[in-house]
Amino acid sequence: MREKSKTHVTLIILVLTILGLFLANRYLDAYKIRIINLSGIYVTLGLSMNLINGMTGMFSLGHAGFMAIGAYTVGILTMPVSMKQMNFFMQPIVPFLANVEWGFLPALLAAGLIAALFGVLIGAPVLRLTDDYLAIATLGFAEIIRVVFTNTQSLTNGALGLKGIPNHTNTWWSWGVALVTMWFISFLMKGTYGKAFLAIREDEVAARAMGINLFKHKVMSFSFGCFFAGVAGGLMAALLGTIDPNMFRITLTFNILLIVVLGGLGKIGGTVIAAVVVTVMMEALRFLDESIDLGLVQIKGIPGMRMVVFSIILIFVVIVREKGFLKRTKGRELTYVKN
Amino acid sequence: MLKIENLDMRFGGVVACNNFNGEIGNGQIVGLIGPNGAGKTTIFNVVTGVYKPTAGRILFSPNGSEQHQLTGLSPDRIAKLGVCRTFQNIRLFGELSVLENVFIGNHLRVKSDVFSTVLRLPHYVTEEKRLYEKSLYLLEKIGLQDTRDEKASSLPYGMQRRLEIARALATDPKLLLLDEPAAGMNPQETKELIQFIREIKQEFGLTIFLIEHHMDVIMEISEKIYVLDHGVLIAEGNPSEIQRNERVVEAYLGVG
Amino acid sequence: MGDVSIFLQHLTNGISLGSLYALIAIGYTMVYGILRLINFAHGDIFMLGVYLTFYGVIYTPLPWWLVFILAPLLTGFIGILLEKVAYKPLRGSARITILISAIGASFLLQNLGIVIFGGRPRAFPVPQLLNHVIKLGGVSINVVTFIIPAVSILLLIGLTYFTTKTKTGLAMRALSKDYETASLMGIDINRIISITFFMGSFLAAIGGILWGSRYPQLMPLMGAMPGLKSFIAAVVGGIGNITGAVIGGFILGLGEIMLVAFLPRLSGYRDAFAFVLLIIILLVKPSGLMGNKVTEKV
Repeated sequence: MREKSKTHVTLIILVLTILGLFLANRYLDAYKIRIINLSGIYVTLGLSMNLINGMTGMFSLGHAGFMAIGAYTVGILTMPVSMKQMNFFMQPIVPFLANVEWGFLPALLAAGLIAALFGVLIGAPVLRLTDDYLAIATLGFAEIIRVVFTNTQSLTNGALGLKGIPNHTNTWWSWGVALVTMWFISFLMKGTYGKAFLAIREDEVAARAMGINLFKHKVMSFSFGCFFAGVAGGLMAALLGTIDPNMFRITLTFNILLIVVLGGLGKIGGTVIAAVVVTVMMEALRFLDESIDLGLVQIKGIPGMRMVVFSIILIFVVIVREKGFLKRTKGRELTYVKN
Repeated sequence: MLKIENLDMRFGGVVACNNFNGEIGNGQIVGLIGPNGAGKTTIFNVVTGVYKPTAGRILFSPNGSEQHQLTGLSPDRIAKLGVCRTFQNIRLFGELSVLENVFIGNHLRVKSDVFSTVLRLPHYVTEEKRLYEKSLYLLEKIGLQDTRDEKASSLPYGMQRRLEIARALATDPKLLLLDEPAAGMNPQETKELIQFIREIKQEFGLTIFLIEHHMDVIMEISEKIYVLDHGVLIAEGNPSEIQRNERVVEAYLGVG
Repeated sequence: MGDVSIFLQHLTNGISLGSLYALIAIGYTMVYGILRLINFAHGDIFMLGVYLTFYGVIYTPLPWWLVFILAPLLTGFIGILLEKVAYKPLRGSARITILISAIGASFLLQNLGIVIFGGRPRAFPVPQLLNHVIKLGGVSINVVTFIIPAVSILLLIGLTYFTTKTKTGLAMRALSKDYETASLMGIDINRIISITFFMGSFLAAIGGILWGSRYPQLMPLMGAMPGLKSFIAAVVGGIGNITGAVIGGFILGLGEIMLVAFLPRLSGYRDAFAFVLLIIILLVKPSGLMGNKVTEKV
């Protein structure tokens, strides 16, 4: 019976979302649509990080790096040949990519798969490290990726970045992917493999004693997370049209971390809501950074104020949550638990 | 079923276990006792692959026909072969529900791959249903079916111990290692525990290796007992022999 | 002759940079040793120290040498404040939680820096005493290149004396070896932790002053990369181990300079060097060059 009502709720939300997107595309201006696109992408990002950090308990700070891989994959694959030539004026692109021009869906899939591949290659050796070391190691990898991208002129156009990436991302893509991610992760967590991830988070020693191969499952979780991070990166590239290695600094990872912490480590529904809230707030609080012209009065903005506010919020939420003032007794959530 | 040959376990300069030899036959209940710090849990840890022994071998033959060397295998490999354990300091999956804790014990036997679970293909859904029913059955057996949705860490101590046993049972073990299952139990509970151990042994065809400090439990239930002191085996035999053994009494009461 | 002198130049640069990394790394390793916490904000404390010195020299009538003493002291207190606000409430929580708070604190300080100091680069007021060129064996070297290691060594000697000969230092070492037991021995944990943060931040600020003397461009984000690299230095040397932090710092500093010197083609990868080194050490000997292996009790 509970199963049925859960399915009903899910269907209603799905229909509402589709309806909402339809209406939004009809009546909202480009600025607001961009925010909707961004929030969809951040939903995917938040969920993919939550899978690794919140559900499997691996503290990875490498997300920006995998986004970069996905973004560049889509950027290079979908860019028309002529555009490529214009971009790579300093040093021509590597021959095997020069005449390549793919459709959006295959490019996104490639983005995810290549990011996941790197996730396995990178993750495999370091996933056995404990929390803090894993955090630094994954951060290190993200930085290495960024530095490499800045220096491989013939592959990524180096520090110049890529311009003129076709704007394939629309609300159907960004939220479509978000919905797929939501579905994938919630169904994953319902099954035994997802429970194994949770077991690893709770107590690795006990999980191993119950027959759970730590390495295999950690790599599994990590590569799934990287896959979605790569796809989200690809969506981001096709949304912005321009990317460069400097976009993928730890600041990006921090934003996603903020979403995961606010939404709740391991909570799917919370992450979705937090992603939308944070994206909207990011835009809404822009006024803190910029000047506001109120006609008679001009309030000068202070650059950096926005992030100060966000940092304070992060620390505040973390401390308050830990002290237990916020009781996590929300009734219905699209979570991974209960059957 | 289990043969431990010349087991040595050293940590740096500390000798936790010195040339231990032991054998557990199919279907037996064997006890392991000794004063605190004698090295009992160390032996469990070596058998289950948490530690790699400094010297010696562990041989496991669940069917009598095939023999596996456990030494050097990882704990999850060993669990798959059919050796499972509980922990001296309870290691439950605290934030997860009681039911989920037991359910997770089934994972190592799952035949479906991960994508089948995400797509919820029919063959997986059937498998999952069966595993949940099995988990619920195990919960009923230990009397925890009413708390199935509660957080494991919220249970009282005694119930947590029982939950650990149920979780271990879910892995379909042939050899079950219980590390102080009666810790913190009152006489009534220990009686129920003895009864329970006999039942599960019977029902699931188990062989049981048991560390305990509650002498009434060990003496009542074991067919054979090994006694450790400072990492050395000082006595082995049936309960009455052990009770009369002077060295054992000395070890527990301390001499000089 | 030319090659040797160039090599010597690189060597001294490497030692200089290594000393700077070492000074910052000490702060990381001391905090980690006791609290098992990566103080992500440490690099930004370093930045604050530099900026405080800058404002002290430019905007107050105090003589530079006095500011060079006061600013680090003030930074030390900011370190204590940081601990009380962001870390103390979370003592005893899961590691991930404190790590997140640390990252948040780092971002907070960085952006406070942008807000208060502005994003425009500033020039560090290097006193003439430190910033002049001398000729040594036919080579022109800025005297600051020597002053940095000299000051670092002095501070290191002072620190070693402190941790081995004083009661507080002993308490610090006891806490980092075995937190639980030490806390039962009547040691005032809060005081020791505060002192640890104070000293780490103080040293970072001194490192900042020296850094500013060598690389005079100040920016609010200047602490991020050196901070990260210094942490890596601490890990390479063996986290929790002060000598290790120093060794790690020198390995990193020398390695980075040598990389750029001998493989100029790869100079764009300069920053990646530290991270590659980190990955290698984590894979080969995670406890670091001077660290001890810790087995988990089951």
